[in-house]
Amino acid sequence: MTLQSNCPTGPLETRWTRHKGNIKLVGPINKRKFHVVVVGTGLAGASAAATMAELGYKVTAITFHDSPRRAHSVAAQGGINAAKNYQNDGDSTYRLFYDTIKGGDYRSRESNTYRLAEVSANIIDQAAAQGVPFAREYGGTLANRTFGGVLVSRTFYARGQTGQQLLYGAYSSLMRQVDTGGVNLLTYKDVLDLVVVDGEARGVVVRDLKNGKLDTVTGDAVVLCTGGYSNVFFLSTNAMKCNVTAGWRAHKHGAYMANPCYTQIHPTCIPVHGDKQSKLTLMSESLRNDGRVWIPRKEGESRPANQVPDAERYYYLEEKYPTFGNMVPRDVASRNAKYVCDDGLGVGAKTGLDQRARGVYLDFRDAIARDGKDAIEARYGNLFHMYDKITGESPYDVPMRIYPAPHYTMGGLWVDYNLMSNLPGLFVCGEANFSDHGANRLGASALMQGLADGYFVLPYTIGGYLAKKGPRAAIGADHQECRAGIERVTTVTDKLLSINGKRSVDSFHRALGLKMLDKVGMSRSEAGLKETISYIQELRQEFWENVKILPKSGDAMNVELEKAHRVADFLEFGELMARDALARGESCGGHFREESQTPEGEALRDDENYSHVSAWEFNGVDSEPTHHKEALEFEFVKLTQRSYK
Amino acid sequence: MSEATINLTLEVWRQDTAGSGGKFETFKLDGVSTSLSFLEMLDMLNEQLLEEGKRPITFEHDCREGICGSCGFMINGQAHGPERGTTVCQLHMRKFKSGQTLVLEPWRARAFPVMQDLMVDRRSFDVIQAAGGYNSTNVGNAPDANAVLVGREAATEAFDAATCIGCGACVAACKNASAQLFTSAKIGHLAMLPQGQPERYKRVVRMYDAMDEQGFGNCSWTQDCEAACPKEISVKWIAKAKKDFLKARTIVGV
Ligand SMILES: Cc1cc2nc3c(=O)[nH]c(=O)nc-3n(C[C@H](O)[C@H](O)[C@H](O)COP(=O)(O)OP(=O)(O)OC[C@H]3O[C@@H](n4cnc5c(N)ncnc54)[C@H](O)[C@@H]3O)c2cc1C
Ligand code: FES
Repeated sequence: MTLQSNCPTGPLETRWTRHKGNIKLVGPINKRKFHVVVVGTGLAGASAAATMAELGYKVTAITFHDSPRRAHSVAAQGGINAAKNYQNDGDSTYRLFYDTIKGGDYRSRESNTYRLAEVSANIIDQAAAQGVPFAREYGGTLANRTFGGVLVSRTFYARGQTGQQLLYGAYSSLMRQVDTGGVNLLTYKDVLDLVVVDGEARGVVVRDLKNGKLDTVTGDAVVLCTGGYSNVFFLSTNAMKCNVTAGWRAHKHGAYMANPCYTQIHPTCIPVHGDKQSKLTLMSESLRNDGRVWIPRKEGESRPANQVPDAERYYYLEEKYPTFGNMVPRDVASRNAKYVCDDGLGVGAKTGLDQRARGVYLDFRDAIARDGKDAIEARYGNLFHMYDKITGESPYDVPMRIYPAPHYTMGGLWVDYNLMSNLPGLFVCGEANFSDHGANRLGASALMQGLADGYFVLPYTIGGYLAKKGPRAAIGADHQECRAGIERVTTVTDKLLSINGKRSVDSFHRALGLKMLDKVGMSRSEAGLKETISYIQELRQEFWENVKILPKSGDAMNVELEKAHRVADFLEFGELMARDALARGESCGGHFREESQTPEGEALRDDENYSHVSAWEFNGVDSEPTHHKEALEFEFVKLTQRSYK
Repeated sequence: MSEATINLTLEVWRQDTAGSGGKFETFKLDGVSTSLSFLEMLDMLNEQLLEEGKRPITFEHDCREGICGSCGFMINGQAHGPERGTTVCQLHMRKFKSGQTLVLEPWRARAFPVMQDLMVDRRSFDVIQAAGGYNSTNVGNAPDANAVLVGREAATEAFDAATCIGCGACVAACKNASAQLFTSAKIGHLAMLPQGQPERYKRVVRMYDAMDEQGFGNCSWTQDCEAACPKEISVKWIAKAKKDFLKARTIVGV
């Protein structure tokens, strides 16, 4: 199958408008004849479900959480970009488009990225109308901050809890539709498979987490808004339940998985403290504005940080990148932290496969001496407090310790310009799709994409698909594909419960994560990736022989079983990530291939051979997947190599 | 960095299903690193239980950074444990001493039925939210965000209410199992903003009614809710919402 992106052609500025104008419309009275099943109620899912219900479609929204307000969108701190040009500093749709496509290292589609920039301004209007308490100036207008190395101030925020407030906004619109009967909300339901009828996605198989009961929910189309897969690394900034299951099981029905190796590793997280740790916490990147990154020059330095004299401190970012210093982009900062720790110079607890200290100092001593403690407290007081709470150390007195952590995944199910996957009737929004960020997401652009998809793109584009299909006979629970779906899930569940093993689900997840972080994380090599593929295959085999799940019953609440389904999928998906990384012989964005670097050791992109999207077709768990390529054409931007020297 | 460890005795409420009865069970857990979070300590206990062939303890959690509102149970009678302004996922073991006995119990409230062990069903909060806890505005209708000015003080104050994470600690801490703090924070957030005015009085009445229907108790102003709230939301929101409620009933006539 050749991949059709279905992107419009012609002038970039009018592509989305013209495309919308050409989409076949569903008449107002007919809309209620169509039933859309939305999986996931984070920013993308809640906004999509609410908006489609406002338009008159019948919508069922499904989440495994007790409430939509728990989705991991709630944790986003920094802010959301929009090309409003409220600061009159020369921002425009084109500039936001350009920054985003360049930030993605030219590995996303021009059409999609432009549309994202175009609808960004409407998101802020919609959120303000919902009552999102954005930061304001004294005169009552909206405040902005700069974010992630761009030259204009276009990031909107609500204290350090922007994601929470945007999610509550989308959630309130969703609950309004629940109130008026537009949306049927199903909670505590884990989607474990897809119902595909005559090659079209028509529903999902759900397991009720309270009592283990399996059921199907069917409709005219399915929209997956199930978030990112950073938890393949076990330790990440994602919530504990973030997973790839719904997307992966759709992949097994033929939906292509695109660029799975593109992940973003955030440079400023609190380091791992020991092997019982479950989760990593992000510290805002703004800290790098005033903190200086260093490590002791001497391996095994035993003096406390404050007693190491300046001459014996290695300020490696300032030395290697005199122009940008501590403000180099996320991937450069992350990679260099890894290198110094690989060399045995890290600080803090010894952890991981090689039992090395994995941490570097982020020191505010000089900033406090320069600006005073009060000024630093005004800027970072809440972050210092959070750090102190978690580590028991005060950054006013001793340097913070930081280390990169997996944070965001740019890859996901392949979708066309209409956000439909190659499996007809299956749409994918938010972090779960691969579409707009290329190889290296900029800060404050994921919230924008989730809400752009849900409020402003999908509700239109899905109409085109539904209008073309017309009303169809409902798929009842006794349809053979529904029964087959339930049977597939039952088989997997029974198999998991029948294993009389010795190792906990978490221990497999941890083992997978350590390997993934080491070899498919910040820096990747051919040898390391090949080794990882065999490692995962063996680990997966052991999982199916030796996992221990208690209680041994699937017909009641069973938390270990829930986790086992997710980890089983990560054990397959991780292999695909490694394969994707292996096939991409270039360095681009956050993906660094050791074989592809400049003489100075920086990332070397290879536009001639890799200016494409990799989309993978499933051929069976133990068979090699088929590699499809969607070529990326650039008509409007000129490709340049990044340089931070 | 010291790798100090402590030994604990844990008395944990065990209950298999929603309808079934439950009882406390006692566990010993040794060698707990003080840099673990409270939930990581429970992960450690659960590994031990699995090894012994017992069902692990069920507790609700997700983000583990104090923002999703999933986690929460009583530790020695205190909602989210002893540290003020902290969810149990952000509580660290360095706050405890070796040899301590900790009693863990689920939130107790009629409107929060226990599902298993320490996990309760809080969907009654969503019912309250659906009863008008929103501004009726469709996508496409919104004016330019700067067309409606909101003073910085009002925006800041609205945020102070909107920061509520819906964990239910306020209900658990209240002797009447009242949901006043939760509901009032939601009402107050929208009442502070110009965009929330058109439905202000209808909203407060509907949300109050939903609160009663869900089986939450009344407020007798003991203020235990504020003390337990991990986001330190003030009881002033209860006073403000009550005022709106009275106005809605007497003057506006909702
Ligand atoms: C700590 C942190 C900070 C961040 N800060 C920023 C920031 O400042 N700016 C920015 O732009 N971005 C930020 N991001 C990224 C951004 O928050 C996310 O990319 C975005 O919120 C994802 O939204 P989503 O709707 O796609 O997924 P999510 O919010 O993760 O929602 C997923 C939904 O799917 C449901 N679900 C998943 N699988 C299933 C299943 N099998 N069955 C049923 N339901 C399922 C879940 O219950 C949930 O409702 C941050 C991310 C993290 C982790
Ligand atoms: S787990 Fe999210 S608040 Fe505690």
